[in-house]
Amino acid sequence: MKHILENVLLTFKIAIRFLRSNPGQTALITFGMAIAVSIQIFVGLLIGSLQSSLVESTVRNSPQVTISSATRVPSIFAWDKIIDTVQRTGLVTAASPVTAGSAVTVKDQKTIPLVLKGVHVEEADRIYNLRDAVYAGDLYVGSRDALIGRELAAELQAGVGDKLTVVLPSGKETIFNITGLYDLGTASVNKTWVIANMRTVQQLLGLPGRITSIEISVPDVFAADRVAGQLGRELDNSEIKIDNWKEQNQELLGALSSQGISSTIIQVVIVFSVVIAISSVLAITVLQKSRQIGILKAMGIKDRSASMIFIFEGLLVGLAGSLLGVGLGLGLLYSFDSFSSGPGAANTIKLTIDYGFVVLSWAIAVAASTLAGLLAARRSLKLNPIDIIREG
Amino acid sequence: MANIVELKKVDKVYRGTIDTQVLFGINLSFEQGSFNSIVGESGSGKSTLLNIIGTLDRPTSGELWLEGRSTSSLNADRMAELRNRSIGFVFQFHYLLPEFSAMDNVLMPWLISNRRADAGVKKRAEELFDLMGIARVKYNMANKMSGGQQQRTAIARALMNSPSVFLADEPTGNLDSENTGVIYRILRDVNRQLGTTFIIITHDRRIAEQTDRIVEIKDGRIVMDSSR
Repeated sequence: MKHILENVLLTFKIAIRFLRSNPGQTALITFGMAIAVSIQIFVGLLIGSLQSSLVESTVRNSPQVTISSATRVPSIFAWDKIIDTVQRTGLVTAASPVTAGSAVTVKDQKTIPLVLKGVHVEEADRIYNLRDAVYAGDLYVGSRDALIGRELAAELQAGVGDKLTVVLPSGKETIFNITGLYDLGTASVNKTWVIANMRTVQQLLGLPGRITSIEISVPDVFAADRVAGQLGRELDNSEIKIDNWKEQNQELLGALSSQGISSTIIQVVIVFSVVIAISSVLAITVLQKSRQIGILKAMGIKDRSASMIFIFEGLLVGLAGSLLGVGLGLGLLYSFDSFSSGPGAANTIKLTIDYGFVVLSWAIAVAASTLAGLLAARRSLKLNPIDIIREG
Repeated sequence: MANIVELKKVDKVYRGTIDTQVLFGINLSFEQGSFNSIVGESGSGKSTLLNIIGTLDRPTSGELWLEGRSTSSLNADRMAELRNRSIGFVFQFHYLLPEFSAMDNVLMPWLISNRRADAGVKKRAEELFDLMGIARVKYNMANKMSGGQQQRTAIARALMNSPSVFLADEPTGNLDSENTGVIYRILRDVNRQLGTTFIIITHDRRIAEQTDRIVEIKDGRIVMDSSR
């Protein structure tokens, strides 16, 4: 054991001396490694952030699972029991009952279609994050109050305190007080949804005490399909159907997954080029140091130890280069962020640093570089001290 | 005195498009503590002979016995250990590691045996520098010394593990006559004080004549073996 330690110390020391004896070359491969790792970190994190921003804006502030009626009757029977069951599974973060129906409003003789959505504000807030979405007025809906979206408010040229006249399919007219304006991040929602008191909407639609859907959010948005399946089995109710965002957004998911694949390909190519570049430079180092290796062998160093020298060189270059690369990559990402999100810039990507990814990239780079050292070291096995001495 | 090195019917053939036999049935032994030279023209096979004695090369047939044991069955690792422990090499060129100081170079054979260089070991290295008369430059980098100092450092390195056999291939080939004289006096001193066996290859008759025994090789065969 002590011998092994002494052996490691010696080969490590020789590796460091070899690297230091040619500072230009060492700096070059370390810097090359750093550039490769920084690109890997930058591209990987940027694409990761892009994906999570996209998912975030698409599904985070909306229900990921929706329960609605599967029969011709639009309302759900025994809905309070269903919500109880759903919440008892512990698979969901919120379950909000909704009574919704279509309606219109008229502005300058133009008919604007609306979706009248009756909710319990507290529960709907947990799905839509309404508290943050409301940018004017209050998140309060009394029996005659309503929240409208940014686009609708612009179209109606209405604001907090104004009135909104809603015409139902039955021809019945109701006037709401606009108590707040929201922006849920999607124009079609902002333009059509009128968020109102549950009881009021139930009465207007002639559905007293009944609801038309249950909106559910889950902790892991990508597990929405699994949760939906599990809820289906728990509820075992043929009168309801359970939808999830994934099956409704196949295109988006397809795009995300091909983006993920292209990111992986870029990273694999980078790792390969690192291995090839470093191992070829280290192979040159083996040639440059063949005289030293030859004499070390004449002095009785074993082949294994001679190989260790170059494996250590790969490891050391890998450690230094990848640490530098991680710093460079993160720096690049932060400067990209501050540059592209400055005043006037239209940056919609929210940076999320996945430290697991950073550590993984770093570890892969170190392993790749050590492997490169190993490949170079194989050449040192072939060095015969006699050839070195004969050549002088 | 017992034989420290023994070659028994050693042939050496270099395989290639044309096989070249460079040694023919060499039977040769060296007594422990003796001071020997091998002479011969270039291409006579004397360097091959030295490489075989030093376990850097293996005979095509025949056997090498070192310290009373046959080396035929040793694998590469055991051979490396034997070389590290029992043999000291000096070549025409010093082959010091330029990345290390003279002191580190001298300690290298000891470190290669995976032992720690404690104070006692360092003291031994310093004594070798004193013996070589180059104590002044022991912490110089290997490439920041004169040719004579480099070769003396190489000799100190070869002696570091107290080898039983010291093999030298034209050790003063690159040195002026003054340095040459000094180095042979040093080697003689070491031989007398430590009882190390010396086998020196040279083409310089005057140097060979200062040794106790001269073995002459010609075309891969021993043609003369004379002792004083």
